[in-house]
Amino acid sequence: MSTLSEADSRTLVAAAGVTVSRWATADDADNAAVAAEEMGFPVVVKLCGDAIAHKSERGLVRLSLTSADDVRGAATELLGAATESDGDVELLVSTMVSGDRELIAGLVRDPQFGPCVMLGVGGVLAEAVADVAFRLAPLERLDAHELIDDLGAQTLLGPFRGQPAVDRDVLADTLCALGDLASDPTIASIDLNPLIVFEGQPMAVDALVERT
Amino acid sequence: MARDLTPLFEPRGVVVTGVSSHPGKFGFVTLHNLLSCGYQGEVFAVGRPDPEGTAATILSRPVLTSVDALPEGAAELLVVCTPVSANEQIIRTAAGRGIRAVFVAAGGYSEAGEEGAKAEARLVALADELGLVLAGPNGQGITSPPVDLCAQIVAPFPPRGRIGVASQSGNFVSAFQNYATQTGIGISRSVSAGNAAATSIADYLEWFADDPETNVGLCYLEGLTDGRDFFERVRAITPRMPVVVVKGGATSGGQRAAASHTGSLASDDRVFDGMARQAGMVRAMTIEAAFEAAATLATQPLPGGSSVVVLTTAGGWGVVAADAITAHRDLTLTTLPDDLLTAADAMLPPRWSRNNPVDLAGGETRETIPELLDMVAGHPGVDSVVQLGLGIQGNTAALTRNGPFHPDHGLERIVDFHERQERRYAEAAADASTTHDKPVLVASELAVTQPGNPMVAAVRSTDRLCYPSADRAVAALGHLVRYAAWRRARA
Repeated sequence: MSTLSEADSRTLVAAAGVTVSRWATADDADNAAVAAEEMGFPVVVKLCGDAIAHKSERGLVRLSLTSADDVRGAATELLGAATESDGDVELLVSTMVSGDRELIAGLVRDPQFGPCVMLGVGGVLAEAVADVAFRLAPLERLDAHELIDDLGAQTLLGPFRGQPAVDRDVLADTLCALGDLASDPTIASIDLNPLIVFEGQPMAVDALVERT
Repeated sequence: MARDLTPLFEPRGVVVTGVSSHPGKFGFVTLHNLLSCGYQGEVFAVGRPDPEGTAATILSRPVLTSVDALPEGAAELLVVCTPVSANEQIIRTAAGRGIRAVFVAAGGYSEAGEEGAKAEARLVALADELGLVLAGPNGQGITSPPVDLCAQIVAPFPPRGRIGVASQSGNFVSAFQNYATQTGIGISRSVSAGNAAATSIADYLEWFADDPETNVGLCYLEGLTDGRDFFERVRAITPRMPVVVVKGGATSGGQRAAASHTGSLASDDRVFDGMARQAGMVRAMTIEAAFEAAATLATQPLPGGSSVVVLTTAGGWGVVAADAITAHRDLTLTTLPDDLLTAADAMLPPRWSRNNPVDLAGGETRETIPELLDMVAGHPGVDSVVQLGLGIQGNTAALTRNGPFHPDHGLERIVDFHERQERRYAEAAADASTTHDKPVLVASELAVTQPGNPMVAAVRSTDRLCYPSADRAVAALGHLVRYAAWRRARA
């Protein structure tokens, strides 16, 4: 099995209909700064490559950058942190999406039931809370809506801390898109972790596609 | 197109092999059960009358020494209680005599190791070659109450009803049969699928869905060889027949990709649960809850929505039921509509709760409960009704009737009155349900503690389940409401 870079993962899932946060790639620090200015601050800069699956653990993510200088500085450090085994790397600049609510969604191939779409409550407590539910892919829209209804934390999906309710249609689009991707036999699994809910809109701020 | 299992469940004539004079052996017991439960077809015993071969009959039946001796076309079902080594030849010969379905009760197949697995594979190939329905091996048998067929190595023979049971555990077939016997909510067909070598749970469910005797499928699953196939097939059934499932046994999910966070959260049970919901299956977590869900689906109309009103003769029951409904994600403890409140005010004593639960606070008169049941069930804002607190008068009547003063001191009359009232309440609940085409569930611990209580007995005589507690009624109703919503959404 191999993983796709975040950039390639984003391209693949977005083409299928997953809402992802605004992003661009850059091959050096100056181009990263240009991209950041185009999309507006604050931004996130990450080191991106096929061999880099777990960026956070290695400190390869810089959050809340608010100026071109900050982006240039962070980008230079990240490029410097790349190791030989990382292979080809580039910089990924994306809009810094903030929201109190984080979800996780994905596609997994179950040995008994085949491809399944997952939706869960995300964030640092995700595994402890384990509020997750599954449907077998592909999903009809009704299946997607019922999958959303299955989450225990329904209050999290309603109006929350001054933010509007989660747009269930957008979330259903993302879930159906994940289900549709199951028809590609070269995809072993997909993680959208997290999906951050910003003003009611759930969008993936990271994506990881694993190839069979 | 479902496989035709008619020769298994409605055979013209049955043959049992492995019949010996030992009344503890499977062959003998199966023959006994076939002859004792009213089956009208011909029954043939094949085996050894006794070790010396002197007696020619068992249970007053002539015993054939070989299936060769079967009259051509006289029997369609062969129940195999002979050892593995003999069975292939027996089945081949029997097929030549007109047998169309085989239930292999005998063990020693795939459950017993490699040699057994090979014998099982040969059995499947043989059935394919001969065009036979093959059930089992290693199963307890089948029952088919509509034709009084009890072809199983165990008891009980359940009462006739609308629930079709297919189970990968024979013991749970018996458990469902025991609940059917206890509650009177009967069974249309039951099969212990055994190793399910050729005929799977999905095959049985598909046939049940087309079976005019069966309204609800009830199955116990332990392992699925092809989960995806099961999902697709059950999903095609559930729009016309509800299927209740209990799943036992967790299997290993450790082989999933380590790089995927999604994978680490994908326990077998969560995936199974999502699959069951997506397919419209009713998943129960215990055997008892599964039976009660199936019994509810078999005896109550599907509700049009989630709103529930609780009626109770006294406080505590209603409070606990209200808690259970409020905590249930598929049910709504509905606020009493204004017009219903006004109408109830005119009918009830001033101290009634004026809220849902509708608590009569002991203020009912002779007509109150039947009238209230009809009025509440008839209101368009109410989808389901749970009636609690019945049976008190019947309990009092029992103590009085068995006490030293009955029938003097005017006790005969009051006892009769109490008992008559209890029957009226139970009948009123069933009538309100039938008239308004809505679920009306009656719950009382007396269902278990005093099954002879006239209210409990009357609920039973209306072909409904008297639920043993408010919580269990609410749980069963929750399954009913969820299934109805699933079906509505896809109509």
